[in-house]
Amino acid sequence: MLQLRDVTVKVEGEVILKNINLVIPRGETHILLGPNGSGKTTLLKAIMGMGGAEVEGEILLDGQNIADLSVDERARLGMGIALQKSPAVPEISLQEILQITGEKHGTDEMEEKIESLNCGYLLERGLNENFSGGEMKRSELLQLLVQDPKVVLVDEPESGVDLDNIVIIGEALKRLLKSPREIEKKRAALVITHTGHIMDYLNADRGYVLVRGSITCAGNPRDLFEEVNQNGFEGCLECQITE
Amino acid sequence: MSNHGIEEKKSKLQNKARQALDKKAAYGSDLDLSSEVSTVEEAPLESLKNLDRRIREASLLAGMNTAEKERSGSYFQKGDSAIYARVQDAYEGKVEIMCIEDALQEYPWLWDYWWSMVPVDMDKYTAAVELWGKGGYFMRILPGARLDQPIQSCLLLDEAGASQRVHNIILAEEGSEAQIITGCTVSPEVKQGSHLGVSEFFIKKGAHLTFTMVHNWAEDFDVRARTGVKVEEDATFVNNYLLLKPVRSIQAYPRCVLEGDRSRSRFNTIVYGQENSELDLGSVIELNGQGTRGESISRALSTDGSRVMMRGRLKARSNDVQAHLECRGMLLSKESEMNAVPELWVEGAPQADLSHEAAVGPVSEEVVEYLMSRGFNKDEAVSVVVQGFMQAGIQGLPEALENLLRQTLSSMSEEAV
Repeated sequence: MLQLRDVTVKVEGEVILKNINLVIPRGETHILLGPNGSGKTTLLKAIMGMGGAEVEGEILLDGQNIADLSVDERARLGMGIALQKSPAVPEISLQEILQITGEKHGTDEMEEKIESLNCGYLLERGLNENFSGGEMKRSELLQLLVQDPKVVLVDEPESGVDLDNIVIIGEALKRLLKSPREIEKKRAALVITHTGHIMDYLNADRGYVLVRGSITCAGNPRDLFEEVNQNGFEGCLECQITE
Repeated sequence: MSNHGIEEKKSKLQNKARQALDKKAAYGSDLDLSSEVSTVEEAPLESLKNLDRRIREASLLAGMNTAEKERSGSYFQKGDSAIYARVQDAYEGKVEIMCIEDALQEYPWLWDYWWSMVPVDMDKYTAAVELWGKGGYFMRILPGARLDQPIQSCLLLDEAGASQRVHNIILAEEGSEAQIITGCTVSPEVKQGSHLGVSEFFIKKGAHLTFTMVHNWAEDFDVRARTGVKVEEDATFVNNYLLLKPVRSIQAYPRCVLEGDRSRSRFNTIVYGQENSELDLGSVIELNGQGTRGESISRALSTDGSRVMMRGRLKARSNDVQAHLECRGMLLSKESEMNAVPELWVEGAPQADLSHEAAVGPVSEEVVEYLMSRGFNKDEAVSVVVQGFMQAGIQGLPEALENLLRQTLSSMSEEAV
C-alpha cells in the first residue's frame, strides 16, 4: 500500500504541492488529473525521490516511511516509475539495462515481455536515444515489467503517442497492473493522464484532481473526468466534491 | 637510393635538424631537452620470456604478450636498445620486423621513405630524434600478405630520468592486411623521463592496417609523438589510441593523408586525464583523393587537476569526400579542464561533406537519477555512464586490451562518484 500523509513538496524553495493526502491500497489503480503546471509530475517524482524536491510529511510504502530514502533504495523496496520524458542514455543499450535490471529483480520471461511491447528492434540501440514518443513509452513500460515493482507510478503514458501505440501501451499497462507480483501481493498504481484515453484500458478505482498544488476533488475517476470535461479544472476548485 | 644519395640526404637532414633544435612545437608545453639522458646499452634477448618479471608485467599492461601466443611477430626495445625482433615461423615471408637502423642498412630504398611524412624540422622534438635518436622499429607487411594474428611491439624505459627517442616506419605493402598492437611504457620504478617518438606509416594500394597504441607512462613523464600516415588507393588505416594512466604531459597530433582515391581512415581515441596530466591530443585527416572517407572519434575523461585538449581537423581538397569528427569529453572533477577544438577545412572542393560534433560536460545527474530509479545504486549508475561513454570510442580491441580497458574504466568509475 502507498500512502501519502500531509505531503508538501518544495522545489528550489518554492512550494509546488501542499498537504497531499492519499491512500492507494494494493490491487488498486488511481488516476491523477490536473491542468498543466498543477504539480502532477512533481508529485510522482517526489514519491520516487527524484527531481531534487524537498519533501515534508510522510510517504509510506506498506507502512514504512520512505521519504528520506534515496531513489535506488525506494526502487529496491518495490517502487517503480515510468517517466513522461526520459533522458537519452546512449552509453547503455536497452538490452543491457533490461539484463541488469532483470538480474537485480530476478525477472524471467524476458523475451515474451520484449515481444509484447514490440521492443525487439530497439534492443541494440542506446537507451531512449532518438526513440519516438511511442518507442519511449513502450521502453519505459518494458523496463517496469522487468523491474516488477510493488507500486507503479506512470506519468502520462498516452502523451505523444499515436493510436496504434496507445493500444500496445494500454494493453501492457493493463497487464502490468493486473498481474500480481505474487499471489496476495498485488500492485498499487498511480497514473497521470491528460487525455483520459488510457482509462479505456485500466479499470481505475479512484481518481484525484490536482489543481495549483492541491488535491481539490477525489472520487470515481470517470465521474471526475466527465466533470472536468464539462466544467474544466477551475470548476473543480469550486465544486470540492471530495468525499 | 645510391650511397652518395643516402649520405647527401643524411647530411641535409642533420643540418635541418640542427637548425630546428630550438624550434618550439605548435602545440603543447615546451620541454627542455638539454638535460636528456641516454640509456645504457642492453644485450639482445633470445626470448621475451627472459625479461624480468616486473618488465613483463609492465609490458603486459601495455598490450604486449610476452609468451608471443597469438602474435605473428614481436619487437621489444628497452631504452635505446632494440633487444628483440622476431617473426613467428608461420609468418616468415609475410612480414619483416627489425630495428630501424638495421632496416636502413639492409634496404637503401627505405631512405626514400625516411622523414617523408613527418618533416625533420617540424620542431625541436623531431630534430632531437634525428640527431640523437636510437632505435625504433621497421615493420613491413609484404605484398598480399594477410596476417591473421597481430604484430606486437613494446617500447619501454627502465631507467629513471632517461629519454627514449625513436623513429618507426611501418610499411603495409599492396593488398596486405595486418593489425599492430604497440605499447609504450615504463617499468614500475620509473616515474620520470621522456619519450620522443616519430612514426611514419605507408599504406599501399588496397592494404588494410589497424594500429593500436597503448600509452602507459608515469606521473613525471613527458611525451611528444610525431606521426604521419600516407594512404594509397583503396587502402584503409585504422588507428586506436588509449591513454589510461597519469603522465606529466603528452602532445600528439598525428596527420593522416588520404592520398589515393577511395582510401579510408578512422581514428579512435580514448583518453583518461588524471592527477596533473596535461594532455594535448587529436588527429588530422586530409582527404585528397576522390571518394575518400574519414572518421575521427574521441572520448576523453578528466579528473583531479588534469587538463585535456582534444583537437581534430578534417581537411578536404577533393569533391566526393565525406568525413566526420566527434569529440566528446566528460569532466569528473571541478579542478580539471577540458577543451575540444574541432576544425573543418575545405580547400577548393565545394562538394566535400564534412561534419563534426563536440560536447563537453559532466556526468548527467538526470541520467544517474533515472538509472537509480531502476534500482542501480549511485556508483553503478555513474559506472554505467562512464564505461559506456569511453567504450563507444574504440571497437574491436584485442581481448587483453579490452580487459585492461574494462578494469581501468571500472576503477575510474568508482573515483567518479
